[in-house]
Amino acid sequence: MTEHREQPEGLGRFGDFGGRFVPEALIAALDELDAARTEASTDPTFTQELARLHRDYTGRPTPLTEVPRFAEHAGGARVFLKREDLTHTGSHKINNVLGQALLTVRMGKRRVIAETGAGQHGVATATAAALMGLDCTVYMGEKDTRRQALNVARMRLLGAEVVPVSHGSATLKDAINEALRDWVTNVEDTHYLLGTVTGPHPFPTMVRDFHRVIGDEAHDQLRQVTGGLPDIVCACVGGGSNAMGIFQRFREEPSVRLVGFEAGGEGIESGRHSARFSTGQPGVLHGAATYVLQDEDGQTLDSHSVSAGLDYPSVGPEHAYLRDTGRAEYHPVSDDEAMEAFALLSRTEGILPAIESAHALAGALRLGRESGPGTVILVNLSGRGDKDVETAASWFGLTGEDAAAADEHPASQTHPPTEGIES
Amino acid sequence: MSALDRVFRTCRDEQRAALVAYLAAGFPDNATSREAMAALAASGADIVEVGVPYTDPLMDGPVIQDAADRALAGGFRVRDLLGNVEAVASAGAVPVVMSYWNPILRYGPDAFARDLAAAGGAGLITPDLIPDEAAAWRAAAEARGVAPIFLVAPSSTDARLAMTAEATRGFIYAASTMGVTGARTSVGAGARELVERTRAVSDLPVCVGLGVSTREQAAEVASFADGVIVGSALVRALGEGTADGRGLAPLQALTAELAEGVRQR
Ligand SMILES: Cc1ncc(COP(=O)(O)O)c(C=O)c1O
Repeated sequence: MTEHREQPEGLGRFGDFGGRFVPEALIAALDELDAARTEASTDPTFTQELARLHRDYTGRPTPLTEVPRFAEHAGGARVFLKREDLTHTGSHKINNVLGQALLTVRMGKRRVIAETGAGQHGVATATAAALMGLDCTVYMGEKDTRRQALNVARMRLLGAEVVPVSHGSATLKDAINEALRDWVTNVEDTHYLLGTVTGPHPFPTMVRDFHRVIGDEAHDQLRQVTGGLPDIVCACVGGGSNAMGIFQRFREEPSVRLVGFEAGGEGIESGRHSARFSTGQPGVLHGAATYVLQDEDGQTLDSHSVSAGLDYPSVGPEHAYLRDTGRAEYHPVSDDEAMEAFALLSRTEGILPAIESAHALAGALRLGRESGPGTVILVNLSGRGDKDVETAASWFGLTGEDAAAADEHPASQTHPPTEGIES
Repeated sequence: MSALDRVFRTCRDEQRAALVAYLAAGFPDNATSREAMAALAASGADIVEVGVPYTDPLMDGPVIQDAADRALAGGFRVRDLLGNVEAVASAGAVPVVMSYWNPILRYGPDAFARDLAAAGGAGLITPDLIPDEAAAWRAAAEARGVAPIFLVAPSSTDARLAMTAEATRGFIYAASTMGVTGARTSVGAGARELVERTRAVSDLPVCVGLGVSTREQAAEVASFADGVIVGSALVRALGEGTADGRGLAPLQALTAELAEGVRQR
């Protein structure tokens, strides 16, 4: 890249990344959306209604929690969690969903569609659709409908139609393909409520802006406690929405390290991972120029992660820009490390994190140990672990017959938790 | 005059529309797909679209998705499509390639334009690349004499129709309805209006795709467009024939019917 720009230029460009790589048929709808969100952002009836929903419906501001017993395992760092897990519906996804659902109503459309991986974005979309009287269809990879069955049931209880997608890898990327096909067919009365900071312009910018409330709140809350800025901000990166949301307030603060953690799956060498910044190449997927896991023919490679929400072969274009300009760093965290951090936070602080968020926690442990005592680390706890209880229970051997053994030996035999865990 | 220009001039002289026939390269396997594309030419297709199988074909319905999956599972490589292009050219039709953008980006737009031209290819249709994003591709295509073929849709504004037509060479691909590829019972009144709106801003031939599967539909579209594009119905005919032992016969029969349709107008 030759030139570094802070603001997207032209059609949603972040340096060489972003843009609009979609069929012509969608351009009119993208222009309509871009106009609507730009207009709404300065219209008090819109901004006040969104602020009211954040306060009265979602439960914002979410707390900032210091976690000293967890931090004992992080080299003496002070660790603070931004508690997006405590929002209504249980993850940061609701911030963006309420914004886009209000825009849907404003544009006079009566139906929303969404893709979902972990199911959190689907649940948030189904929730907002119920609240605002919109029809709702959620596309979900068939593999994900199995590992996040609880969220499938939640969406259906909320009145949404859930369509399992069995094509391709049957995960998030295929759900996005199917949602885009629906959108191109029904765009007249349907809004595609995209759940992360990727896709064609204006999605990456718009979704980031709806999530920046996370970093804005955390900045002020942390200042009240420590009187200053964090040294490091950590977030997990699937598409990258919770990370952009918490990074945004700190981008202009050069002393703050911004670190994103991608799913390292079974390890980079295994080839079974979602580490776009470790082995991916610049390319185009789902409407954006960005890093993509792809083969030498430009065919998308299957991604892998224990976490459905991070199991995606591409990443938001602004992250590609932050990484190539050096403003943010991105590192892989393996399934094993993430599950250790999951167990550690549960047992030391009584907080069950989403497995996605556990990748950021594992990253914080690693950076804390590297950085030494007194380092202030802000972690975006993007969601809660209720949806992951089954996955975690079977990972740690806590189901059925294994459970009896586990009662005697709280640490699992197959996947021993971090040493030093108190039980 | 380019090969595409010659096709449309001939069609005008014969007072008919052109038949533009799509199949996916590598489906059901490389050798059969080349024979099948040559058979399209022999059965009356004027232009053959060589589709590039891609893992994430978001403009395609189930028939073409399945064909792409099958081709990729069979080991299709992007460079294999050049063999298809050559097969079409030697069978006497004009080959154009249809590809999502990432495989071309990875191949290298310059290298792709060079290799496509050398194999006898006349153009590239890009369903997910709009002219706004295509500056580098347009330059590469221009340098090698390959036509960049862009799509217009019923939702395109008049300003975008004009901009897209300006960037396009060969013919304009008009997507008849809002939606993905796949046979439909009716092609929609929107198609005729889109063709008229496009003609108002451009002298290029306008071909209509999405949804055509029968002789009657081909004749209907031929009454208002310069070319009729057929994809899913041909892919299905090839798939059925090769699966049940009839070979290329159903494909040839359907192509011949469609060729009659474009002459019926
Ligand atoms: C709790 C949670 N965190 C993170 C993610 C990953 O998405 P993103 O990278 O857009 O924040 C998901 C996605 O499903 C999620 O549910």
